[in-house]
Amino acid sequence: MAVDLGRAPASKLRWGELDEDDAEEMDFFLPPRIVIGPDENGLKKVIEYKFNDDGKKVKVTTTIQIRKLARARLSKRALERRTWAKFGDAVHEDASSRLTMVSTEEILLERPRAPGSKAEEPKSAGDPLAAMVKSGASLMVCRTCGKKGDHWTAKCPYKDLAQPIDSTIDKPPTAETSTGAAGKTTYVPPGMRAGAADKGGSEMRRRNDENSVRVTNLSEDTREPDLHELFRTFGPVSRVYVAVDQKTGVSRGFGFVNFVHREDAEKAINKLNGYGYDNLILRVEWATPRPN
Amino acid sequence: MRPILMKGHERPLTFLKYNREGDLLFSCAKDHNPTVWFADNGDRLGVYRGHNGAVWCCDVSRDSRRLITGSADQTVKLWDVQSGTQLYSFNFDSPARAVEFSVGDKLAVITTDPFMGQTSTIQVKRISRDPNEQVGDSILTIKGPQGRINRAVWGPLNKTIISAGEDAVIRLWDSETGQLLKESDKETGHQKTVASLVKSSDGSHILTGSLDKSAKLWDSRTLTLIKTYVTERPVNACDISPLLDHVVIGGGQDASAVTRTDHRAGKFEAKFFHKILEEEIGGVKGHFGPINALAFNPDGRSFSSGGEDGYIRLHHFDSDYFTIKM
Repeated sequence: MAVDLGRAPASKLRWGELDEDDAEEMDFFLPPRIVIGPDENGLKKVIEYKFNDDGKKVKVTTTIQIRKLARARLSKRALERRTWAKFGDAVHEDASSRLTMVSTEEILLERPRAPGSKAEEPKSAGDPLAAMVKSGASLMVCRTCGKKGDHWTAKCPYKDLAQPIDSTIDKPPTAETSTGAAGKTTYVPPGMRAGAADKGGSEMRRRNDENSVRVTNLSEDTREPDLHELFRTFGPVSRVYVAVDQKTGVSRGFGFVNFVHREDAEKAINKLNGYGYDNLILRVEWATPRPN
Repeated sequence: MRPILMKGHERPLTFLKYNREGDLLFSCAKDHNPTVWFADNGDRLGVYRGHNGAVWCCDVSRDSRRLITGSADQTVKLWDVQSGTQLYSFNFDSPARAVEFSVGDKLAVITTDPFMGQTSTIQVKRISRDPNEQVGDSILTIKGPQGRINRAVWGPLNKTIISAGEDAVIRLWDSETGQLLKESDKETGHQKTVASLVKSSDGSHILTGSLDKSAKLWDSRTLTLIKTYVTERPVNACDISPLLDHVVIGGGQDASAVTRTDHRAGKFEAKFFHKILEEEIGGVKGHFGPINALAFNPDGRSFSSGGEDGYIRLHHFDSDYFTIKM
């Protein structure tokens, strides 16, 4: 006789493995299930009998602590309403009618900017573009909607609608003229053209899509809110994504974080690469741009 | 947070209302059937059957025993909340739009739409304790404003009625004589249809949401404009948090234009603003269509939104919501 307190003993006998026929005939010999309590401490005892693998009778005592949720501070009236009978169309519904579901998606209160940062203050230090904006606003041209002087591409209200901008569109136009002046007709890749090294590269990076950081070696439990929580300390985050297996719903262990500012992304990489998170060592690096 | 999705209505939601203790949530939709839900887990308690048109608005008495609903079928009905039986039906000759019980539940204000040559009206009915003694006579009828009156609520101590609607002007009426006491300033006020009007939990302020893409906070006694919350979507619904200095604003582009654009561009999130700083706190996504109805639970720890997509989304706030710093 095995008497067990606490959780139900994980007996090797599982209902799925039970041979139905002989379980039924044996059950006949077992004493009935007894439920004691719950007592004033919220302890409830359930005594069950079953046969183990060797065909021996086993008494299983399960002790359950019942707790009332402290948050349920309902008024007397509200408690009474909980017991009201259903009416109207709701009468016929049972647990299987799926009118009420809990969302499978975790919804965040999305902050427009990182907490603590001031509203819409462009980071001007070491940013020649921002300095130029201050002298003349006409420089601010949105690449998505083409509006001048109103907002940056990253702040465009129609950002979501835009097609992924083909990188050939914003080739530095100066390069074209310089090659034309030289009289050469051979193709010069954008990266090799004059002024490309110092300008084109950094400007491309400035685009919002480029401030994307790849995070690998995440634990399976890490979800988007966790990642957001981790990275928001470095600056405003525009997107967080954790790859999830379509079939199993389990995290695939990597994700992407997009920053509004490149400097913040850089800081995050420096700080969090090799950071121990949830028993695993994170690997944080620039996301390689998708070839398309 | 993981919202609870309630799919009980087959047509767009029009209005949401919590009872005073915040354990029941009443929903109105264009599908004729106002529904009551448990506000904690979203289980459906019952459906009030009897209307024959879209239900635009509802209100529940302070003791959560009586429900009043206004419908496009030209009736306003009184219901027993517990059993779902219809107690009385006020008949009008045009669709009813807004309904609200007064403080004390002895009176109800009802607005009717302009219809077949008739102008819109604001009417006050007496509500009897005993439904058998209920009579249909109006004790006050106010006519005047042009266009539909989308909302009418009782002012402090039932002394006034505050109305707003298609002409974008907010008006304060004397609830005894029907006299027009005050109008909102045209310059600073809304420029387009006012779609929603809610009172703060103590009744001292009102918040109006308008299709001119802004929501405004007013003093409910003097109708002075206090704050303006500017957003980039037409505002269909708004509410004031009873717990924190937050307001929530929902809307989105007009339902007729939704099919033509991507849902991300439709701006269907519920936006939270700081009530005093007028700054945006954040957005809660989820609906596939414009938000038509918003309501905070009276305890301020959850809110629900109803959309053109027919879903009610019930959000219990995460603990970090309560510690948000601007």
